[in-house]
Amino acid sequence: MDDPFALLFPTAAATLRVATPLILAAMGGLFSERSGIIDVGLEGKMLMAAFFAAAVAAVTHSAWWGVAAAIAAAEVMALLHGLACITYRGNQVVSGVAINIIAAGLTIVWGNAWFQRGGQTPALDARSERLLPLFFPNAGDNILVYAALLSVPLTWWIVSRTRFGLRLRAVGEVPLAVDTAGISVPWLRYRAVLICGLFTGLAGAYIAIAQNAGFSRDMTAGQGFIALAAVIFGKWRPFPALGACLMFGLLDAVAIRLQGVRVPGVGEVPVQLIQALPYLLTVFLLAGFIGRAVAPKAIGQPYEKEH
Amino acid sequence: MTAAIALEGIDKSFGSVHAVRGVSLAIEKGAITGIIGENGAGKSTLMSILYGLYHADAGTIRVDGQPVRMDSPHAAIAHGIGMVHQHFMLIDGFTVLENVVLGAEGGPLLAGGLAAARAELERLERDYGLAVDPDARVADLSVGEQQRVEILKVLFRGARILILDEPSAVLTPQETDRLFRILATLKARGVTIVLITHKLREIMAATDRVYVMRQGRMVAERATPDTDAEELAELMVGRKVRLQLEKAPPRRGEVRLEAGHLGLVDARGVRLLDDVSLELRAGEIVGIAGVSGNGQTELLQVLAGIRPPSTGTLTVCGRTIDARHPGDPAEMRDLGLAHVPEDRLRQGMVAAFRASETAILGYHEQPQFNRRFLLSVPAVGAHCARLMERFDVRPQVPGLRSSSFSGGNQQKLVLAREMAQEPKVLLVGQPTRGVDIGAIEFIHRELVRSRDAGCAVLAVSVELDEILSLADRILVMFAGRIVGEVEGGADERTLGLMMAGAKAAPALSGAEG
Repeated sequence: MDDPFALLFPTAAATLRVATPLILAAMGGLFSERSGIIDVGLEGKMLMAAFFAAAVAAVTHSAWWGVAAAIAAAEVMALLHGLACITYRGNQVVSGVAINIIAAGLTIVWGNAWFQRGGQTPALDARSERLLPLFFPNAGDNILVYAALLSVPLTWWIVSRTRFGLRLRAVGEVPLAVDTAGISVPWLRYRAVLICGLFTGLAGAYIAIAQNAGFSRDMTAGQGFIALAAVIFGKWRPFPALGACLMFGLLDAVAIRLQGVRVPGVGEVPVQLIQALPYLLTVFLLAGFIGRAVAPKAIGQPYEKEH
Repeated sequence: MTAAIALEGIDKSFGSVHAVRGVSLAIEKGAITGIIGENGAGKSTLMSILYGLYHADAGTIRVDGQPVRMDSPHAAIAHGIGMVHQHFMLIDGFTVLENVVLGAEGGPLLAGGLAAARAELERLERDYGLAVDPDARVADLSVGEQQRVEILKVLFRGARILILDEPSAVLTPQETDRLFRILATLKARGVTIVLITHKLREIMAATDRVYVMRQGRMVAERATPDTDAEELAELMVGRKVRLQLEKAPPRRGEVRLEAGHLGLVDARGVRLLDDVSLELRAGEIVGIAGVSGNGQTELLQVLAGIRPPSTGTLTVCGRTIDARHPGDPAEMRDLGLAHVPEDRLRQGMVAAFRASETAILGYHEQPQFNRRFLLSVPAVGAHCARLMERFDVRPQVPGLRSSSFSGGNQQKLVLAREMAQEPKVLLVGQPTRGVDIGAIEFIHRELVRSRDAGCAVLAVSVELDEILSLADRILVMFAGRIVGEVEGGADERTLGLMMAGAKAAPALSGAEG
């Protein structure tokens, strides 16, 4: 605790470790929400992906098959959400909540059925079944951490500099304008939702086979909602959303370090309070500190031609 | 000569509504063709079919003589057809350039396409006189400019056939003039134009040939020089219509409503009303003219007691309202102030209610409609039947859902409800929005009758023709202020300039407000 620089690197690394799944999920959520599809189901997609990453990695003894399975699982959930929201024009929040409930239930049921360990998957072997740090053995800098960091400029570039990005932004604002310009609204939104599935798949894989060594029930623990909050803090823009994710990551990293530390005049800070900090901050910030967050205009509204 | 577009036997139903019935028409190349008809006559549906937004149940569409399938706007665009919709299809947060390229980006990356589009816009500006700053955000443009962006979008896609759906609905007279000059230029450059409107004056001024639709059918076709407004109106409605409203000079009585320096600031600090003073006397109709969104809606809300003013005072029949002593609509009703709101579907009625229920909204506590604890259904029904009889609301079925009536009949029902109370002050927002010509005539005559009976009437309308024929005195609103007052029957150009906010600077008359 004496040398501030000795603390800097581990804290930064811890921040990044915690922030990685948030960043991935937030970028995914950003695509979905920019297209006008609210995604409350980030959490459920991540959870399902985490389960399949761990389960498949344990069975095949390959981390890469685990990642592939995670992406596939998240995409199935994303398609389900797309089907409900785009094709059948259902309520997007209800669909997202349903996705979360389905994931929470199925992962436990399948986990029990396949591995008989009370919903857990077998502990993964560190050498082949997990994603390992690339450069700094103690920092946890596995490939998905770098992927998360790269995903931010990539998202920015796609959204602001490509044809797809222009149409994505347009469909989230005035879908009728996109339709009358001769572009398919459903196909555009499906692509956005599928991209979201890819990102949440990676986020889930990270949690199960990189950050941890296996799946345990409800292991995403609200990170999907924090990612969603980060998208909103970031006003649906990639770099500000990254900033929000890093802030949450830092709070979490600091919370771990602050456990048991005595603050002069206050005494020992209760662990629970520190752990609640990110959530308290979310409430306070959303309640007005970040100013008015202007959502894409057509968000949450199913697109229907007038009849 | 082959027509640019030929429609043959087009038929379309939405559920039980037969919107378009076996319509055929031919649109001449390089000319301006008008399609006129009342609201609900099927004009817009027909054009949506042509543009691929709806699919016809039967019929053929030919472009340059070849039968084509229009199964999406994409197909229409590919055949050189472009549409400028009544509600602009623009994205507020995008720049003009981004809006123009949307759907025609010219490649997966934006940079190249945007540069090419910029060059193309400069060419279009030179050729057609369509000047708009390509880097301006659409939200910052005037309505007239936004419409030019829509036209640019269509031309950018190489359209040779331009369909405009009620293009003047949101424009000031000056902007409308400018639009028609642009259309004339486009026509001179060989663009085929289809103009959909319900305004007779525009058909007479701009078109070469006109088709008239009524109740889903094409009822007439005329070369514009061979017809006149009276004939077209008769064809549209199916009977003789008097376009000129006849009324005697007003006999003004005491002041019934007085607004002193009213101001209204919303929660974000935007000034919606600024120092509005007016006086409304018994026996006169005061018209509020202005382009939509210049504070008329808010003024009505304040006058009707729906929103308290932030500053200033309002006196209605002796009761004074200000920021500290707000009124409420029920109290205003008790004072003898009736209000026909601008947005009848959201404020004037409950769409899901029966007509008989709509007919007593706001007055449902009157003893005549009630027995001890419950509404008296027979009394309510009888009341509604009387109103329907008196105001010619059709169909005369008090039990029908309010939303099942046409716009004109809904408006007549709401008006009937308010007028039945014989109010001392009557506020009417957009008296004839979405109302067909036959009903317009009726509503105008009723408003004049009510005035002659001594009611003080305040009518807010964005239809200049309506204000000019209805009002004894006209106040013009611009940016939340009253910028001028003229006598009824004033000339349209003067009013138009005031509506554009150019009152103090006549030198600006050529420019856009």
